Amino acid sequence: MIRFEQVDKRYPGGITALADLTLSIESGEMVILSGHSGAGKSTLLKLIPAIERPTQGMVIVNGQNVSALKRAAVPYLRRNLGVIFQDQKLLYDRSVFNNVMLPLAIAGVPPRDAGRRVRAALDKVGLLDREKAMPVALSGGEQQRLAIARAVVARPSILVADEPTAHLDDDTARDIVAVFRSFNQVGVTVLVATHHEALFAPNMTRRITLSHGRLAQ
Amino acid sequence: MKGWLLHHRKAAEQALHRLVATPVNTLLSAMVVGIALALPAGGNMLLVNVQQLAQRIAAAPQLSVFMSLESGKKEVDETESRLRHHPQVRDVRFVPREDTLRRLKQSEGIGEVIESLPRNPFPDAFVVLPRSETPEALETLRAEFVKYPGVEHVQLDSAWVQKLDALLRLARLAVTLLAAALGTALVAVTFNTIRLQILTQDAEIEVSRLLGATDAFIRRPFYYFGALQGLAGGAVAWLVVLCTTLLLRGPVSELASLYGVGFTLYVLPLPESILLFALAALLGWMGAWLSLSRHLHD
Ligand SMILES: Nc1ncnc2c1ncn2[C@@H]1O[C@H](COP(=O)(O)OP(=O)(O)OP(=O)(O)O)[C@@H](O)[C@H]1O
Ligand SMILES: [Mg+2]
Repeated sequence: MIRFEQVDKRYPGGITALADLTLSIESGEMVILSGHSGAGKSTLLKLIPAIERPTQGMVIVNGQNVSALKRAAVPYLRRNLGVIFQDQKLLYDRSVFNNVMLPLAIAGVPPRDAGRRVRAALDKVGLLDREKAMPVALSGGEQQRLAIARAVVARPSILVADEPTAHLDDDTARDIVAVFRSFNQVGVTVLVATHHEALFAPNMTRRITLSHGRLAQ
Repeated sequence: MKGWLLHHRKAAEQALHRLVATPVNTLLSAMVVGIALALPAGGNMLLVNVQQLAQRIAAAPQLSVFMSLESGKKEVDETESRLRHHPQVRDVRFVPREDTLRRLKQSEGIGEVIESLPRNPFPDAFVVLPRSETPEALETLRAEFVKYPGVEHVQLDSAWVQKLDALLRLARLAVTLLAAALGTALVAVTFNTIRLQILTQDAEIEVSRLLGATDAFIRRPFYYFGALQGLAGGAVAWLVVLCTTLLLRGPVSELASLYGVGFTLYVLPLPESILLFALAALLGWMGAWLSLSRHLHD
């Protein structure tokens, strides 16, 4: 459950990325976030794991007011979220397996248990046979799936993704969309910012469109 | 509790991994730190040895009481009895002037000179062992004995020990200052390696934060890294001191035996070795702490 209440976000330098934004996403929903470049999609997503803080208003995630969270509490919020970043943020000095292991190491999951869960996550995104590979050896689509595996390995109830199909051809993008759908089908709340709305929303998927930091009608 | 232990084990492993991953850097840092630590550690060991040697040689301070050349047998006997009955005197040994002359005639070099003298230039003397060995008591006795009729001069044979003691105290201060200066160098070396570590681990730190790592989780491997590097330096220092001691042992024993003293340099004992290692690890940890508070930003 995610709620934005009259959220303003101004970056230093006077750019208003979000203005008077109010919206609500229910638990188990899948939502597509669209809008022109610079509309504020990434900014909206960054407010959820408290990577950015709102200038005004409240962001509530799972009943917790994230905008007022103490610095020391932020790590525990992030462990309950699965985030896929626009620039992926993979670690290129370690294997696929160890990239996916990182969130579990941070959470202090015992190694045996963790190994099992890493393989399960890699299996879900179809990368199980590449666990020993280094990220540079993966194709663009495989790297994207690696980012997804890392985001879901700790079994978050909310999955947030920023442009997960950018730079991918349509077939590969469709694979990625299918992976998100499968997580949503088992009850995970999914919020995806994308330019590929057509791929994601052939049917009833809810769509939120931003324009210059406001909800577009 | 189990999770906490796991985190620490992981952090220690990670730190060890980073040390092993750059063996040349690790070895060089350990050498720099080790040699910096070896100087005060070796200095301290030398001081302790010299102090023990001094104590051994000056086991019992004594007073030499010299009679004047003019004093006759009566005065000598009187002085001897006064010394023997003095409550502060433990023992008295009489050294007749003839004995001194004979002994010196036999000695190499000055024997001929002595031989050519027209008469015995040496006075009768007493070697007095006092009951109390404090410098004050010795001084009181000296002042008292010198007033006895026929006594020309009283010499405190422990004066040089006191001088040596003062000198040793000065040397100890110097070693302490040296230790402080070189300890700071150790902290500085760790400070810098950790700074470079933070720079190279930049991506990992950022991603870990985004995935929910606490500050403690991110800092822990660096603390272990600093402490381990300090420990490696401590080990080098320990080896340097050990090798130096073993190398010096033979020559020093030989030298001591020339002076009629049986003496062996002792090797850094266990408590001091542990102290050295602990101090090295602590200084490395401190360097890491300083570097983290300076270079790790959120
Ligand atoms: N860290 C920042 N500092 C200053 N301005 C920023 C910062 N991040 C974003 N902005 C500005 O805020 C506005 C919204 O940016 P945002 O990244 O949210 O857009 P977006 O919808 O994700 O665009 P895109 O589709 O190109 O990714 C833009 O005008 C951008 O220049
Ligand atoms: Mg964006």
